[in-house]
Amino acid sequence: MGEQLEKIFDVELKPGAGENYVCNLTKPEFAEKMANKMPTEPLPDDQMVEVALKRLDQLRKERKSLQLYLDICVRCGACVKQCHYFLGTGDPKNTPVGRAELLRKVYRAHFTISGKLFGSLVGAQKLTPEILKNEWYKFFYQCSECRRCSVFCPYGIDQAEITMAGREVLNSVGLATKYITQVISQVYKHGNNLGIPEAAFKYNCQFLEEEIKESTGVDVKIPVDKEKAEILYLPPSADLFTNTDTMIGVAKVFHAVGADWTMSTYASEAANFGLFFSYDDIKTINLRVVEVAKKIGAKLVIFGECGHAWRAARQYMEAMNGPLPFKFMNILEYTAELIRKGKLKLDKSRNDDVIVTMHDPCNMARAGDLVEEGRFIIKSVCNNFVDMDRSVIKEKTFCCGGGGGLLTEEIMELRMKGGLPRATAVKEVVESHNVNYLAAPCAIDKAQLPLVMEHYEIPVQVGGIHDLVGKALILEGQEEFEAKKKAEEEAAKAAAAAVPSVCGLCDAEFATMDECCEHAEKEHKISKDQCDLACEPKEGAASAEAAPSVCGLCDAEFATMDECCEHAEKEHKISKDQCDLACEPKK
Amino acid sequence: MGVLANFVVNVLPYITFIVFVVGVIYRIAVWWSRPSPIPIAVFPGQRSVGSAIVRVLSDVIFFRSLLQFKGNRILWLGAWIFHISFGLILLRHLRYFLGAEAVPGWVAAVQGIGIAAALVISIPLLYLLLRRIVHADIKWISTPADYFVLLLILSVVFSGLYAKYFAHPFVIDVKYVMRSLMALKPVDLNTVTLNTAFLVHFFLVQVLAMYIPFSKVMHLGGIFFSPTRTHHFGGEAHTKQLEEA
Repeated sequence: MGEQLEKIFDVELKPGAGENYVCNLTKPEFAEKMANKMPTEPLPDDQMVEVALKRLDQLRKERKSLQLYLDICVRCGACVKQCHYFLGTGDPKNTPVGRAELLRKVYRAHFTISGKLFGSLVGAQKLTPEILKNEWYKFFYQCSECRRCSVFCPYGIDQAEITMAGREVLNSVGLATKYITQVISQVYKHGNNLGIPEAAFKYNCQFLEEEIKESTGVDVKIPVDKEKAEILYLPPSADLFTNTDTMIGVAKVFHAVGADWTMSTYASEAANFGLFFSYDDIKTINLRVVEVAKKIGAKLVIFGECGHAWRAARQYMEAMNGPLPFKFMNILEYTAELIRKGKLKLDKSRNDDVIVTMHDPCNMARAGDLVEEGRFIIKSVCNNFVDMDRSVIKEKTFCCGGGGGLLTEEIMELRMKGGLPRATAVKEVVESHNVNYLAAPCAIDKAQLPLVMEHYEIPVQVGGIHDLVGKALILEGQEEFEAKKKAEEEAAKAAAAAVPSVCGLCDAEFATMDECCEHAEKEHKISKDQCDLACEPKEGAASAEAAPSVCGLCDAEFATMDECCEHAEKEHKISKDQCDLACEPKK
Repeated sequence: MGVLANFVVNVLPYITFIVFVVGVIYRIAVWWSRPSPIPIAVFPGQRSVGSAIVRVLSDVIFFRSLLQFKGNRILWLGAWIFHISFGLILLRHLRYFLGAEAVPGWVAAVQGIGIAAALVISIPLLYLLLRRIVHADIKWISTPADYFVLLLILSVVFSGLYAKYFAHPFVIDVKYVMRSLMALKPVDLNTVTLNTAFLVHFFLVQVLAMYIPFSKVMHLGGIFFSPTRTHHFGGEAHTKQLEEA
């Protein structure tokens, strides 16, 4: 372990530091849609305590994990420095034990003999509306249910179980966050977390098909709502919008083996925010998947690169929605198996521009038993792979800081603080091994980690594993296409090189671009690779950046591509790197 | 003294026994009866019942979670020595309960190491107590009950050591008392030579035993029920399923 990583464990205790991070409360229009029936507004204070205690009593009787984890903690503190939110904030209420004690003290006061007899001497405290509103609501939403603490607890006490129960009690009195309830209500309405309507979902798939065709010359289908299919694929819906390279990689894999697959607009989301909210909602969201799979006769359901999707499937689906008439697996298992069997033609050198490290999504690793597959795939498609320190990978992986339903704007500061351990570990391999690609097979990671890396000024690109697979995978007919394209490009380049050129630095004119470049190298010490700094075609044809552009999403027109890109970033949340998703030169 | 001694020797033990046994059984029955339909194993996954059992036992016997890489190895050392010593001391004390005339050979065999454990145990106990005072974070999470149980065990240890090395109660009589209690026969205190040090030790032990069912000391039983450890992934079935697919 490097010094930098070592240092983050020297955390100074700052009681109260977590008090400022509060998620926005839900609104009635979201709350009313939850499968877990809850009051649409916080209950009046005089009703809160009674309702909450009733729910807590119910939950502890329904769940062995909760009952046991309320009972057996000895407060040894082994978990204290294993929680990223504590390491980031220093608030003792953000230690796993400190957070759990917020619930345990109430449990003891109301449901145990020693608590009733001895009160605060045994750490018991009666429930008040203030405890619910100021402690539980704040701190159970400063836990990402990453379960790292349970790896280090001598009894396997899992803070996620406490947090999940705490949140369900909060639901019962009308305290829930806007972010989570909004996402879940979007799933109930549109089938996915982002609230992408059916038409847009299909349009995006077509768009990606075109993109693959353009780059590979191969007709790769991204089927949606096929009536019958062997395989139902569930992507995190962000893969259709922001992490499109992951979706492209997956589609290429399916194409390469001729799989009969489809996605569904009714269940177009692998993720299951029910995990952050209630058992009822986990079950209801999973049910959509089961229904679709049954309807299309899928024999296999494959979950995309999404951490808690995999947990909801792997640990909850059979138990809650079973028996299941299909088999299910993760796309990492699927692709790894294909690679093992030699079914994919891979050219590792196509990923030679990246030096990769891998972030294990908490739920893939600790809850999903998937740590080797991702590494195996990366090593099969890349020449350069480096693992981070072994204290922060695999089952000991640190949360990105945005899991557990906390990926919301209002607690950005907390998210950055929670991302500190992961960022520090990444920084070490960036500095020691020049890592420039952080592979994170999880949509929440892909949204959170780029912000964390930017915040801590770590120059690394964040992407999926199938992004890399997509790059290395050679489809049938692709090489011919590429050869042809290359020939065409060279011809065009040759043609361009023959154009009369002018040196921008001294206005000297030349018959060809090559001559100008030679001049630039000789006179201005500009290497030929950077010749375009000096030389340009004489006519000075308008470059693409200066051409009038149009936004494909809203048809707005702009004088230059740059302006359009700015507009796309502002209005459509499309980063400038991906501006070409939206903007094109005006025809 | 007479009435009090009589209470500690002839009355309290039965209360202690009932409270301890009923309390422990009740607590375990509660855990036993709670449903646990969702398999929430935590990776490194137990892929079968067998590996889940190994996992639980390695936590019970070796405190593996603390011992693992980047666990808490100082705490492990303190906690492990404490628990092992406690176990050995309990074994040693069986000499007061087993065998009408001579103790069984194995109980005789653990006397030496049991006594050594009694001499050692206060060191990890003091460490466990000190860390709650010295480390700001551990201090913050500690409740009065956490100090109480450590102090209670320490007082049991010291009263025991004092009795053994300074007060010297007549051990034949101690055994006679225990055997009588086991036979539900009242002891006539005038016929035995017991001293205050023994009575204090015996009393504190009973307080500890009665405290156990109501306290965190029940972690000893709870660990066998912990779903993140006892559940397994059904990984074998999953892998097989993949191969078929």
